[in-house]
Amino acid sequence: MQYMFLIYQNEKDWQQMDPPQREQGMAAYAAYTESLRKAGVLKASDRLRPTADSTTVRVTNGKSQVLDGPFADTKEQLGGYYLVDVPDLDAALSWAARCPGASHGAIEVRPIWARA
Amino acid sequence: MDDGEHARATADAVARRSYGKLVAFLAARSRDVAAAEDALAEAFASALADWPAHGVPRNPEAWLLTAARRKLIDFVRRRQTARAAEPELEHAAELLALGEEGDDVAIPDQRLALIFACTHPAIDESVRAPLILQTVLGFDAAMIASAFLVSPAAMSQRLVRAKTKIKRAGIPLRVPEHYELTSRLDAVLAAIYAAFAEGWQDPAGTEPARRELAEEALYLGRLVTELLPREPEALGLLALVLYADARRGARRTADGDYVPLEQQDPALWDAALIDEAEALLSRASAFGVPGRYQLEAALQSAHVNGRRTGRTDFTALLVLYEALQNVTGSPVVAINRALALGRVRGAAAALAALDEIAADARLAEYQPYWAARAEALVRSGARAAAREAYERAIGLERDPAVRRFLQSRLAELA
Repeated sequence: MQYMFLIYQNEKDWQQMDPPQREQGMAAYAAYTESLRKAGVLKASDRLRPTADSTTVRVTNGKSQVLDGPFADTKEQLGGYYLVDVPDLDAALSWAARCPGASHGAIEVRPIWARA
Repeated sequence: MDDGEHARATADAVARRSYGKLVAFLAARSRDVAAAEDALAEAFASALADWPAHGVPRNPEAWLLTAARRKLIDFVRRRQTARAAEPELEHAAELLALGEEGDDVAIPDQRLALIFACTHPAIDESVRAPLILQTVLGFDAAMIASAFLVSPAAMSQRLVRAKTKIKRAGIPLRVPEHYELTSRLDAVLAAIYAAFAEGWQDPAGTEPARRELAEEALYLGRLVTELLPREPEALGLLALVLYADARRGARRTADGDYVPLEQQDPALWDAALIDEAEALLSRASAFGVPGRYQLEAALQSAHVNGRRTGRTDFTALLVLYEALQNVTGSPVVAINRALALGRVRGAAAALAALDEIAADARLAEYQPYWAARAEALVRSGARAAAREAYERAIGLERDPAVRRFLQSRLAELA
């Protein structure tokens, strides 16, 4: 089954880090990505730019409304994702727990809606 | 008994004995518990139509499994016309292959795997016990709802949602690996305990749904210890349930009046169940890994033996309550600890201990807290304060028999 790991954490935490801390953070993600790849379960992964760079659009009565900022203002923000293919939820949860983001924020594990 | 009655009786017996086994087997690969249950329901309907005419088959369980498998394959084929479902086809092929092995093939017992799926951390805690009752024991939603004091519609909705979650989120029907077994087993035991506690709420035995629930919890406890004989907490839980069940008949007088443990007649207890519980508890303790259920069972053992010998060891009780308090942090345990403390060090110590926990807001509306307080106050000679505490307790009690008991204690103080 395919699952998406949605990584939620407070963007400010990252912004407040000093360069060696950031480097360490990047290295942890790189190592995690590599172990997913080596295990043959990684389908895709991306890091998202901060919500300050976000724009939200909604069409109401045929008119599009464009707003500066993220869809929802929350304490923790969606910062990136991994798409993995594993046998079941237990395998997905055990991979998600190893994601560096799980220790700073939280990982939401969502099954992908399989295409017919 | 005519053929129709015989067919129905046989189908009922198989349903009772094998329901969970058949559901677990049918859903093992697909994780589609709802489809397995639907297929099984149709198989039972076919049996009731077929057996009176052609006779009850030699192996009714295998007959039902074969019929359910065919239904399941029909479901998959019907869906498959709408879309290509590769994994499901594969599963259907596997089921068919199994069908060709004939009717005598032993159905592997995967009930424990199903129980672990029902208590997966991804399943909402409040629905875990109901889900086990439905999928493993075949209870219908209305019956579960009445036992858990929830509307049938709400219970039914929760059960459907949980089964959908198992399928869509990919929750495996599998007994966890050794390294996570202990933590996952906690949830299984908690669900069985919840089922038992719900059933235990009906001391008069007037509500069949609840009465049956306590019996089924006992059955599940036995099942888990049979399948995991080396788990001390599973043994402890079964012992705990047996101790409680052994005293079922002694909890009320013939007139339906409440009898506290201290005044129960040990001759009314089921000695065989108590012996079994004692044996289980000593088997559990031999592992040297104490836990919540073993401690609770040990408390039951101390109470039961105290009543049997006429000498209750309150110091031992106090030690056990303190250990249990450390594990659970439960205010209910704290109340019992305070009462035991009172027996060892006097009423003043009990009152001081009750004062210490009085800040817990949950206790202000908890009958046993006020009853315990009243009892400690009586012992310390503060009769006016004791009367007040009994009045609070009486006002909070739902069970009329317990209310009558508290009222009689209050009357003694007048």
